[in-house]
Amino acid sequence: MENYNVVIIGGGPAGVSAALYLARANLRVAIVENGPGALARAHKIDNFYGAAVSGPRLYAEGLEQARNLGVDIIQDEVLAVEYFDSFVLTLKEQAKPLPAPVLILATGTKNVTLNLPGLVEYEGKGISYCAVCDGFFFRKKKLAVLGHGSFALHEAEYLRHIAAQVTVLTNGQDDSAARAAGFATIATPVTAVTGAGKLEAVHFADGSELEVNGLFIALGTADSTDIARKLGAQLEGRFIKVDADGATNIPGLFAAGDCIGGLKQVAKAVHDGARAGLAAIKFLRQQ
Amino acid sequence: MAMEFTTGNFAQEVLAAKQPVLVDFWATRCGPCRMQAPILEAFAAEHPEIKVGKVNVDENPDLAEKFSIMSIPTLLVFKDGKLVKTAVGLHDKGGLAELVK
Repeated sequence: MENYNVVIIGGGPAGVSAALYLARANLRVAIVENGPGALARAHKIDNFYGAAVSGPRLYAEGLEQARNLGVDIIQDEVLAVEYFDSFVLTLKEQAKPLPAPVLILATGTKNVTLNLPGLVEYEGKGISYCAVCDGFFFRKKKLAVLGHGSFALHEAEYLRHIAAQVTVLTNGQDDSAARAAGFATIATPVTAVTGAGKLEAVHFADGSELEVNGLFIALGTADSTDIARKLGAQLEGRFIKVDADGATNIPGLFAAGDCIGGLKQVAKAVHDGARAGLAAIKFLRQQ
Repeated sequence: MAMEFTTGNFAQEVLAAKQPVLVDFWATRCGPCRMQAPILEAFAAEHPEIKVGKVNVDENPDLAEKFSIMSIPTLLVFKDGKLVKTAVGLHDKGGLAELVK
């Protein structure tokens, strides 16, 4: 793959707007996207300047506009991002990691919420969001991963080499991919996590329970907040904390759109994307 | 400067310390831990009344186990040799100040 100056995760109004500014500044840009998020559900957008089209059509035309400016559109899913001096992305369909001196997070927010009694209470006492960070503490222990997609399997794969046992809990979703990968699975919806000081059990809707020492959360597709959290970007609740330029606390990491909170509107996402794109240009020129 | 606490010096530097001690459990492989480091240094420089240090969990697994660390970064506050506060996850300078209050 080409050496990009900037990689943008997310191909919606925030990601594409950032790409437009970056491409016009003659930078090499790639957008990694896997289809529209919130826009997929908007059958007609009536409140955005000049446009009265469906969400999916706006999304497709946005990507086309970026492509026409020389932006590479990579249809793929991001499984993990690492940061040392620059960013390195692990993609689902690519064997080779994708390096990025500057990364812009613009995936939107995912439509998966988890309201699990005990989840907050046991964070740091068995509940974790980062296998690479915390897997070490569960050597030869019993673990579960909550999630059903490639993101969850990526976490489970890492933990398999450390733990005595890894069970994938798909919370009512299809568990065939996890089974095909050789994991024990439970597809019954999860209802609570309990313990005494430390996490001890996951409870299910049918009244059964699974004894575990640790539960790693990896729901749906890794979104901007999941990626930011693992990199060490500061969050405010579920949202990524950015300054007036759309920059996070990590040098070279920017965020735009729904993932930074505020109005869930195309107009606001376009503004965020433009701001992050311009700030990224400035950042690269100061390097 | 944040100190390096180890299995060897923990009792003397942390448990026997006269002033409050803020301890950051971390590892190089952990992104949030690497972001916590400069914040911790800045906090240490502004708060000479507090002893600030780090424990590398890979090099001192027994300390991590002793304090039941299961997620990093984890920040512990000790006063008069006793563990008085535990906080998990990345904290900004304001968050650190709140912890040691």
